Amino acid sequence: MSTEKSIPELQEIARKIRRNIVTMVAKAASGHPGGSLSAVEIVTTLYFRIMNHNPANPEWSDRDRFILSKGHCSPVLYSVLAECGYFPVEELMTFRRINSRLQGHTHMGLPGVEMSAGSLGQGLSFAVGCALAGRVDKKPYRVYTLLGDGECEEGQVWEAAMAAAHFKVDNLVAVVDRNGLQIDGWTKDVMNLEPFPDKWRAYGWHTVETDGHDFNLLIDAFEHAQAVKRQPTVIIARTVKGKGVSYMEHNVDFHGKPPNQAQLEIALKELA
Amino acid sequence: MAKTASLREAYGRTLLELGRKYPDIVALDADLSHSTMTHFFASEFPDRFFNCGVAEQNMIGLAAGLAASGKIPFASTFAVFAPGRCFDQLRVSVAQPHLNVKIVMTHSGITVGEDGMSHQAIEDLALACSLVGFTVLVPSDAIETARAVTAAATTTGPFYIRLCRPESLLIHDESYKFLLGRAEQLRHGTQATIIAMGLMVAPALEAADRLKLDGIDCRVLNMATLRPLDAQSIVNAAVDTGAIVTVEEHLEHGGLGSSVAQVVVRTRPVPMEFVALKSYGESGKPAELLEKYGLTAKNIEHAVRSVLLRKNT
Repeated sequence: MSTEKSIPELQEIARKIRRNIVTMVAKAASGHPGGSLSAVEIVTTLYFRIMNHNPANPEWSDRDRFILSKGHCSPVLYSVLAECGYFPVEELMTFRRINSRLQGHTHMGLPGVEMSAGSLGQGLSFAVGCALAGRVDKKPYRVYTLLGDGECEEGQVWEAAMAAAHFKVDNLVAVVDRNGLQIDGWTKDVMNLEPFPDKWRAYGWHTVETDGHDFNLLIDAFEHAQAVKRQPTVIIARTVKGKGVSYMEHNVDFHGKPPNQAQLEIALKELA
Repeated sequence: MAKTASLREAYGRTLLELGRKYPDIVALDADLSHSTMTHFFASEFPDRFFNCGVAEQNMIGLAAGLAASGKIPFASTFAVFAPGRCFDQLRVSVAQPHLNVKIVMTHSGITVGEDGMSHQAIEDLALACSLVGFTVLVPSDAIETARAVTAAATTTGPFYIRLCRPESLLIHDESYKFLLGRAEQLRHGTQATIIAMGLMVAPALEAADRLKLDGIDCRVLNMATLRPLDAQSIVNAAVDTGAIVTVEEHLEHGGLGSSVAQVVVRTRPVPMEFVALKSYGESGKPAELLEKYGLTAKNIEHAVRSVLLRKNT
C-alpha cells in the first residue's frame, strides 16, 4: 500500500481514530486511552504516509514493520490497522472481550500485529532483531517502533539502544511518545529521564526532536531518517497525553481508565 | 577407560554444520561464545552471528525479532542467565507468540563447579518447563546433543536445550537415532525403573548394573525430552515395574521428578523416590559436588533399594 494522503486527509483519519479509541475503550470499560491518544498522529503518519505495507497481505516479507513496544496502547494500533483495512472496523468493538482477537495488550495473530507485547521495554530489542534479519536477507524493508517515555526507564531499552548503534542498523527508527506522564505522575517526578535526547545521542543514535502532533513535522522527520546511514534514528516526539479530549489532556487519571458513558459523549462531541 | 566427550563442543560443531546447510540459521551470544562454543559458527558466518555483549534480555529480544522475520535464531549463554535473567523476555516475546527461537544453554547444574552457587543453574528446567509450548531437551552425551540440536533446527517452535560444562561419558554411538518426545530405554528391567536425564544417565546405568549383581533388575529410561513429556513410557514403567526413581542434576521441584510424578499419580500411582538437589551448591570440583549433594550412582542405588521396600509393603 503506497498511500499518499494529504495533510487534511490525515487529519480526518486521525479524528476517526481518536473516536474509535475512546469508543472501544469505553465499550470495553477498560483499556488505556491516554497514551493511545498521544500517539495517534505518529501511528497514522506511519501507516498512511510512510510505511510500505499491504493490508491484503500482512505477511508480505518485504513489508515495513511497525513494532508497538508500549503494548498497552493497543487501541491506537488496532484503530489504525482497522482503518487501513487489516480487519473490519466493527471488530474494534470486541476489544478486551472474551474470544476476541483484539487482546488487551497486542498479541500476534491479529493481522498487522507484529509483536506480542505488554511487559514494557521489550519492543526495541525485537525491532533490532527484525532490522538485522532484513540486513541478513538483503531486504529493503524498514522497521519502526514506538516506545513510551516512561517505558524508557526499563534497562532493556538501553541494552537494545547500545546494540542498535553497535550493529549500525540504519533501517530502524524508534519513536518515543514523550507525553511526560506515567502511571504515578510526571516522568520528571517518578524517574527523571532528562537529559533525554543527550542519552540517545550518547548511545550513538541520530536523534531528532519534533512535535508529535504535527503531521508535516512528523513526515519530515521520518523522511529525513531514511537518509541517515550507518546509525539508527530516534524521533523524540513531544506529545500531549490524552490529546484531543479536553478532560483527558495531561491527565494521568486516563492512563489506564476508560471514560464513562457521559464522558464518552463529551469526547465524541469534541471529536465530531 | 570409557570415552568422554564435550556436549558444548558437539553443540558448537553441529551448529556450524547446520549453518552450512540452512542459510536461515543465525546465532547470538552474550559474551561467552568461546564457552558456549558458538564461536565456530561466528568465525565462519560473521554476518549471521550477533554478539550481544553482557545483555541477555536484549539477546532474547533480538532472537524473537529475528525469528518473527523468518530466521532460525540459536541464542546461547550460561544456563544461569537464561531462562533466569531473561525469563520475562522468554515468556512475553517468545513463548506467548510461540516464535521459532532456540535457546541452547551451557554450564547447567552444580557441575559448573568452582564458580559456585551463583553460577550453578539448578532451577532452569522449572522455569523452562513453565514456558508454555517450549520443547525442553536435556541431552545425556555429545552424540545426543548433536541429534537434539539438529532436531531443534528442523522443528518449528521454541526450544530450550540444557547442556552441562564438563565432558561426559559417551552413552551412545554414531548409529543412535534420537526420537524427539520419546524416552530411550537403555535397560529392559522389571523390578523398578530409573528415569534419568543429562549428566545423570551415566550414573543411572552404573547403578542399574550394580543392582543387577544383587539380583535387582532395573529398567533405565533416558528422558532427554522433558517437554513434551513421554507419558506413555512412564505409564509403562509404572505398570511393568511398579516402582520409579527419578534422577536429575536439578532442584527436586519443577524438573524431571515433579513431571514424572504428575503422570504417575494421574495414571498408575506407584512408589517413587527422587534423586535431585535440595539446596544451592557451592564451589568445588564437579565430582566433589556430585558426591556431597547426593548425585552419584551410589545415591541412585540407595534410592532404588528404598523404593523397593515401599513397593513390597
